Amino acid sequence: MAKTTGKPAKKPYAKALLFGVLSLALYIAVFANEVFVRSTWAKGGVYAILPIVTVFVFSFVHGTFADSLMSSLGIVAKKKK
Amino acid sequence: MIRSRVIFSSLVAVLLLVILASPALATGEAVKAFTGNKFIELTLFNAVFLFIVGFIGGMVSGFIGSGGAFVLTPAMMSIGVPGLVAVASNMCHKFPKALVGAIKRHKYGQVDVKLGLTLGVSASVGVKIGIIVQQYIQRMWGEAGSNLYVSFAFLVILLTVGSYVFYDAWKSKKNPGPERISRLALALQKINIPPMMNFKTAGLRISMWITIPVGLATGLLAATIAVGGFVGVPGMIYIIGATSLVASATELVIAFIMGLVGSTEWALVGNIDIRLTLMILAGSLLGIQIGAVGTTYVKEHMIKVVMGTIMLIVAFSRGFAIPKYTNQLGLTHFADNLIPTFSNISFYIMVFALTLGAIIIGGSLAKAMRKKPAEERDRTISLETAVN
Repeated sequence: MAKTTGKPAKKPYAKALLFGVLSLALYIAVFANEVFVRSTWAKGGVYAILPIVTVFVFSFVHGTFADSLMSSLGIVAKKKK
Repeated sequence: MIRSRVIFSSLVAVLLLVILASPALATGEAVKAFTGNKFIELTLFNAVFLFIVGFIGGMVSGFIGSGGAFVLTPAMMSIGVPGLVAVASNMCHKFPKALVGAIKRHKYGQVDVKLGLTLGVSASVGVKIGIIVQQYIQRMWGEAGSNLYVSFAFLVILLTVGSYVFYDAWKSKKNPGPERISRLALALQKINIPPMMNFKTAGLRISMWITIPVGLATGLLAATIAVGGFVGVPGMIYIIGATSLVASATELVIAFIMGLVGSTEWALVGNIDIRLTLMILAGSLLGIQIGAVGTTYVKEHMIKVVMGTIMLIVAFSRGFAIPKYTNQLGLTHFADNLIPTFSNISFYIMVFALTLGAIIIGGSLAKAMRKKPAEERDRTISLETAVN
């Protein structure tokens, strides 16, 4: 269960902003090169590594942003009594 | 001596399962390359639509461990994505979402990684069996026969399991207190067939041979209706004896394993449209955070309520898909102009099921979070009174 820290945790605004910008930059990079990306990433064979690595990278960056954003908004796990 | 023999037999059994699982195509259907134009024009409307469906699906997945996939594939097809590309792109968003959800819920101490890995391996074998069954039905009765089998599987499994999950949630609501382990699970935990496995987070000890059918059934269902969790989570609760909190969290580990294997297969034949995957992921990674946080606030029976509700509504929606296939097989004679209407009704009911699930989760979370500051204030007041 969620750990009890005693005092309220600091809200990770800076982390949310940093990963938010990073996430946005990644999305812009993909969609600015949409035609190249969609066809190269769907070539199959050895190119199969591209979509798999891409979703791992996005899940880390965008996942960290989502986590920090929720914490900043106060949507955090209930502390165990 | 006995100990080393047990360890050896466990390793052999696990190795056998891994070998059997390696060629498993965790995709729900035989992987084949799509030869036509696989890329739709991604308009702003399409992108926002995928983001919203991803967000709602993510919320439900974070809460009950699965869900969303059954809506996303038809949702993508409704904006013109070819079926094989929709299945592949949907699966490719599923495993990173499951990974993020599993990590989040692991922080809350809800994930039994060992149980997830054990079931994940046998589930991959189950997927392979499911595909063989599907291919056999397709050979015998054609595409319509195969679709009819899928719809019947949806109906029968979701109606029976969903009704039981719902009934159990209602019982738990009437008798509050710690979640009770089912009598069946308690009896099965007493069966001592080596190798026995200890699952620390789930707090149980059970023979590996009991876990295998649960994993197989999860994979079989994933191969048939693309949502293995509708059997995996109830299987972990009622057969293995885990709590609904641990079961729904551990299902994310199974979804990650099956999704990774399946996505690799689809990526090899080049069917993934990464733009669609990333748009869904953008919404679902936000949604899954809310779903996961929600599990720490609500009472455990709420997980069963949401799961049972979605399962029953989805079963109902599949009922509308059946006339199309029975017509094709010549078993019924509904007017041709009614069939597309039935298909649309089926799709919108599924969207309703997912949205209702998200509303219940969001509503319960908002209610519990509003209650929290009031409780904290009351505690402070009572402490101050005690001091004075």
